[in-house]
Amino acid sequence: MTKVDDTTHMTTPPEIGGIGHRVRRHEDARFIEGQGNYLDDIVLPGMLHMAIVRSPVAHARITGIDTTAASEVEGVVAVVTGELMDQHGLAWMPTLSGDTQAVLATDKVRYQGQEVAAVIATDPAIAVDAAELVEVDYDILPAITTPQQALAPGAVLIRDEKEGQTDNRVYDWEAGDKAATDAAFAAADRVVSLSTFYPRSHPAPLETCGAIADVNSVTGQATIYMTSQAPHAHRTLFAMVTGLPEQNIRIISPDLGGGFGNKVPIYPGYVVATAASLLIGRPVKWIETRSENLISTGFARDYYMTGELAVTNEGKILGLRVQMLSDQGAFYADAQPTKFKAGLFHVVTGSYDYPAAHVVCSGAYTNKAPGGVAYRCSFRITEASFLIERLVQTAAYELGIDPAEMRFKNFIQPEQFPYHTPTGFVYDSGDYPTALRKALDEVGYDQLRAEQVAARAEGRLMGIGIAHFTEAVGAGPSHTYDIAGLKMFDSAELRVHPTGKAILKLGVMSQGQGHETTFAQIVAEELGIPVTDVKVMEGDTDNTPYGLGTYASRSTPVAGAATAMVSRQLAEKAKRIAAHLLEAAPEDIELKAGELFVKGTPARSVTIQDVSLAAYTNMPDGMEHGLEGVHYYDPPNLTYPYGSYIVVVEVDPETGVWKVERMVALDDCGVRINPMIVEGQIHGGLTEGFAMSSMQWITFDDDGNCIGSNFMDYLIPTAWETPRFELLETCVPSPHHPIGAKGVGESATVGSPAAYVNAVIDALAHLGVRNIDMPLLPDRVWSAIQSAQG
Amino acid sequence: MFPSRFDYVAATSVDEAIAAKGDGGDETRILAGGQSLLPMMKIRLANPSKLVDINGIPGLDVLERVNGHLRVGALVRHADMVASDLTFGAVESAAPWISDPLVRNRGTVCGSVSHCDPEGDWNSVLLATGADVVARGPSGERVIPIGDFVVDLFTNALNEDEMVTEIRIPVPSGRSGGAYLKLERKVGDYATVAVAAHLELGGGGVITKAGLALTSVAPHNLKVTDAEAALVGEMPSEALFAEAGELAAAASSPRDDVRGTAEWKRQVVRTFARRALATAAASAG
Amino acid sequence: MEVTVTVNGSDQTHDIEPRVLLIDFIRTRVGLTGSHIGCDTSNCGACTVLFDGKPVKSCTVLAVQADGHAVTTVEGLKSNGTLHPIQAAFKEEHGLQCGFCTPGMMLVGAALIEANTEPSVDDVRWAISGNLCRCTGYMNIVTAIQTAAATGEG
Repeated sequence: MTKVDDTTHMTTPPEIGGIGHRVRRHEDARFIEGQGNYLDDIVLPGMLHMAIVRSPVAHARITGIDTTAASEVEGVVAVVTGELMDQHGLAWMPTLSGDTQAVLATDKVRYQGQEVAAVIATDPAIAVDAAELVEVDYDILPAITTPQQALAPGAVLIRDEKEGQTDNRVYDWEAGDKAATDAAFAAADRVVSLSTFYPRSHPAPLETCGAIADVNSVTGQATIYMTSQAPHAHRTLFAMVTGLPEQNIRIISPDLGGGFGNKVPIYPGYVVATAASLLIGRPVKWIETRSENLISTGFARDYYMTGELAVTNEGKILGLRVQMLSDQGAFYADAQPTKFKAGLFHVVTGSYDYPAAHVVCSGAYTNKAPGGVAYRCSFRITEASFLIERLVQTAAYELGIDPAEMRFKNFIQPEQFPYHTPTGFVYDSGDYPTALRKALDEVGYDQLRAEQVAARAEGRLMGIGIAHFTEAVGAGPSHTYDIAGLKMFDSAELRVHPTGKAILKLGVMSQGQGHETTFAQIVAEELGIPVTDVKVMEGDTDNTPYGLGTYASRSTPVAGAATAMVSRQLAEKAKRIAAHLLEAAPEDIELKAGELFVKGTPARSVTIQDVSLAAYTNMPDGMEHGLEGVHYYDPPNLTYPYGSYIVVVEVDPETGVWKVERMVALDDCGVRINPMIVEGQIHGGLTEGFAMSSMQWITFDDDGNCIGSNFMDYLIPTAWETPRFELLETCVPSPHHPIGAKGVGESATVGSPAAYVNAVIDALAHLGVRNIDMPLLPDRVWSAIQSAQG
Repeated sequence: MFPSRFDYVAATSVDEAIAAKGDGGDETRILAGGQSLLPMMKIRLANPSKLVDINGIPGLDVLERVNGHLRVGALVRHADMVASDLTFGAVESAAPWISDPLVRNRGTVCGSVSHCDPEGDWNSVLLATGADVVARGPSGERVIPIGDFVVDLFTNALNEDEMVTEIRIPVPSGRSGGAYLKLERKVGDYATVAVAAHLELGGGGVITKAGLALTSVAPHNLKVTDAEAALVGEMPSEALFAEAGELAAAASSPRDDVRGTAEWKRQVVRTFARRALATAAASAG
Repeated sequence: MEVTVTVNGSDQTHDIEPRVLLIDFIRTRVGLTGSHIGCDTSNCGACTVLFDGKPVKSCTVLAVQADGHAVTTVEGLKSNGTLHPIQAAFKEEHGLQCGFCTPGMMLVGAALIEANTEPSVDDVRWAISGNLCRCTGYMNIVTAIQTAAATGEG
């Protein structure tokens, strides 16, 4: 099978490999030979190993900790408790959302799996042996496992240590215009509502989290190898938490075995390992087990949502009203801009044009793990996108309008961009009707609807589900978006060396997205330096410029823009050098695919390599030597990728088992820098959407015991269950991004769950079924059929 | 990921293995494929004091048909069953659905049988086909019908100083067919519900022998004797299989859990029993 | 106990406790870190190696059980300086993203195409169903294994 390069945006030949080329990935060379360098692969001289003692119960007062037996195990160097951490002011740490979180519990444990003590030993197995011998006495308290319980009168207070905290409420937040929305609902022919629960999920990158802290007690230098999606932000936060001088903290994020948001927060294990290394004077390694990863680190979702649409009988949407209640776990540790308590949930208005919306969000503490990371989604947009796409589908059934038609009736039209949404976003660009039409044509929508009628007549259940999502990615702009006060810009530093080879340094951090290739392609596009001559460096705070990291699909929109801008800055200098070499005026020099020539006289030219050499050997008088620069990019707006996804399913009426027959996914993420990598990202996201809709969730029993604490219970689909995907694209570039790109890493995870769920519901819609909460386990589907047939 | 400490014996003969097992008491475990035992040891749910590794014992990998039986030795891996052309009916049908491909390369049939996990697949197949388990102890060999071997949840009929050396599955001589239908949440998961069906047909197509057994819906793999009795002497038909499905559903005692409600699991038993019997009958030709 | 395991053709002798798992032996005693650990319950397959030529989860084999046996890891796929067809195909078809599952996937793929030179999509999906990937959605892994089958000599 040969792949045809996407020539839409291609201006460079394959040997340069700029934008649009399916350049094979630079990073693969080491991975396919087993030469990746992941955290657990790193071994330092004298390194010790840490194991964490965790709470077996969800809510209890600690009445005693006995570390004697553990300390006596041969090979144990230290046992660290909350009391010891407290002596150094490190028993608690701030979270990314301005709350506090226990590093090692001193007073109470507030969720099963919470960190209580840590054992440092010469061998990892000995650390585990000794950790089993740490005796902790617990006085059990009632466990709260839902936000509804948490907010009920008389509920036990989880955060009793927080001054002024008298209940389990974390936040209330709203967006939109209540009065305008009430008026829209008053004017509506009908109101359609849907209540649904987006269950707790976990990103579960295949590599768990971990750290190796190496604090030199003589120099004070702290080198912390850490599974971090945001090394610079983490360094600053580390400096603030530990009091170590920031210049002495070097965070190195090595190759990451996936992240998906899980590696955005700072976890207690990192802090304890660092404190232990500081106290002991030797490097300390801590590698999470899978179970630790699933029970204690950043979860996602756990949103209870009720949406109402005000509609006319003809199917025109007039307004949207949403109430959301979020389960935050024991500590409010969401990774999201501080202005937005519920993330960017207010993108819930979706791809549709209506004047009024009002969104009310609340969050509650429960006795469950903290985190609230945006698992492969831009600050919890997944939940919002899911709700509106489920709601529109519901409205279509209630009004007797085809679900595709319902969307066409309400789409924001291409000429309405930039489009101001009723909750305050300004969508940059798009052509939604063209996208959905193309996807419908590809799947053969009209014929499928005819087949569905025939199937129903035979007693078969077939469903066609549509989701047309709009995402908001690429935070900043810095005036609106920050993480823990750090503004959300990003940067790129580019050095071109005398032989014309370049090093690009970035503040973002790849976890598999292929930055070493994609960002090199941007440089290749802008300067004409062959992509193979550009080395991309990330993940070392001593050697890369400041940036906020990789999550929320922000690398291409922000760091990609910074790369284009710094390349253009160098291009301007290159033109001045070329003008000197060609004895022409700088304004007469053009740069195209690595050739700098005098306008109208292409024969009078030099190459970018000639210019690079001249920058160090033959500079015009008065011009600064070298060919390097740095650019800090503050995006003027978010970018708004979108897509139309269509899923076809067959449901077994006797068992509720359902199977995806087709999955057609059209994405518009603006200009695709490397279409091959973009498609790979979409494949991955579609799979995670399938996982969440079908099997992947974390639940708890009434005592707060986590069910889903290992890969036997937390189900990740294998190749056998995963559907085959058919990809399509349209391209409406972002008008404000230097290369028109929008970001795509999370689109498919955001958009696809609603498509899968809508398909199963569509199969049962004629029976009157309107909702089944995810995951759509076969017993839930079967029960819904039974209830409907009553 | 680090098991507790234990003693390790690499046995080179069955006698040596039995002696080592007998010496160690009830905290000694036989290690064959280790695909159930080692995962439990890694998360320290199992902490045996001694492991007796039988992988080096010659001859235990026997897989052959002899005297009307399929002999499956204690070191026959699930993958050997998948690859073998000696299997038949429900045995052949079940083999590819055991755990995942890598586990099948290592895990053994006899180990799985001995484990007596009610969510394990093989014991249903053996109950449906009427197999025997062969055990060796210091005083020699004994043949235990599978129905007697499976005592309860994770409990088999072995004495402390015995080990399973092989299982013997009767190979039907006439028209026969079988099927194993498994509903699993994903590859590698235990069965949510599974049904093993085995039919032998006599002259004119009448059912002369029937085996039906269930996985994951009772404290142990469950042989549905009512349904088997109802099938024998009858001509195969949709109605007959539906009746057997009802009897299977009635015999099962599933529980509500994360895999689904008991009511739904009973419905899956009903449906899968019917379908498995129909497949068995169809494959009997 | 002293054990000798032939890893990628070279005899590796180490004195270890019986509880040391094969993955730990390979990673920390032999020092080959291409095989990874992704779970505690033998589900993910990141630790896959070839054990006497067959893919197994090396987290579910004791190192003492590998005494006298041959193990191939990702580091042993390349021969005489030439990439194995499966390695070349994974790069060519974008069969990897974060790279963590990749060694296991490639070893399973290499074993598959040894036995089946024209695997169908279902053959490949079935063969790799003991290995989890969180990045790729498996699409390009399947293509890569089929490509390797078509280009390889095996």
